[in-house]
Amino acid sequence: MTSTAATMIVIGVLFDLMGTIGLVRLPDVYNRLQAATKCVTLGTCLILIGLLVRNGLDALGMRALLCAIFILLTSPVGAHAIARGAHLSGVRLWEKSVGDAYLDHRQSEGSEDVHAETQTP
Amino acid sequence: MSLVDFVVVVLVVASFLCLYRIGRGPTVPDRIVAIDTLGTLIVGFCVVMTLATGKDYYINIAIAWALLSFIGTLALAKYLEGRPYHD
Repeated sequence: MTSTAATMIVIGVLFDLMGTIGLVRLPDVYNRLQAATKCVTLGTCLILIGLLVRNGLDALGMRALLCAIFILLTSPVGAHAIARGAHLSGVRLWEKSVGDAYLDHRQSEGSEDVHAETQTP
Repeated sequence: MSLVDFVVVVLVVASFLCLYRIGRGPTVPDRIVAIDTLGTLIVGFCVVMTLATGKDYYINIAIAWALLSFIGTLALAKYLEGRPYHD
């Protein structure tokens, strides 16, 4: 294994570890979501690109590249769906957050599905 | 300590941090975020299995797992909104 591929795999794994530490340590759902999604997605993509660098453009490397592109496309979509679902189901932000633009937008539209109940994080 | 040993140890520690958030998480979206993160970590585990054993079919498992994890995350997010699936 080349040292470039080994370095990329080690950096990707450390990105995964940082993302999950953020998942444990941050205060509410939305902060945890951005830490976990960004760090873990890019870390796993870096591991897959490391496998591509190790193998070159053969069958295994191309499948690793395909998997990396697929994760890069789908993980932000999933994170957006989770954040929207959490906001619509009534989970409020951390009490030290400075603004909630989506709640202001929904209230200015007079949307009828602004939930009254509050799940405190 | 070889590269594969180091990578496996770090990924196992990260997976246990995810499991802590799944068990502890005060609201339902916390658990869903942790499940999604754990699914992405398992793709990394499949790559490490490819490196450790030299068998190249583990990367097929990684692609299929990424697809199923994405569909499951979307279904759980729809469930969280409290709306029907065809909306």
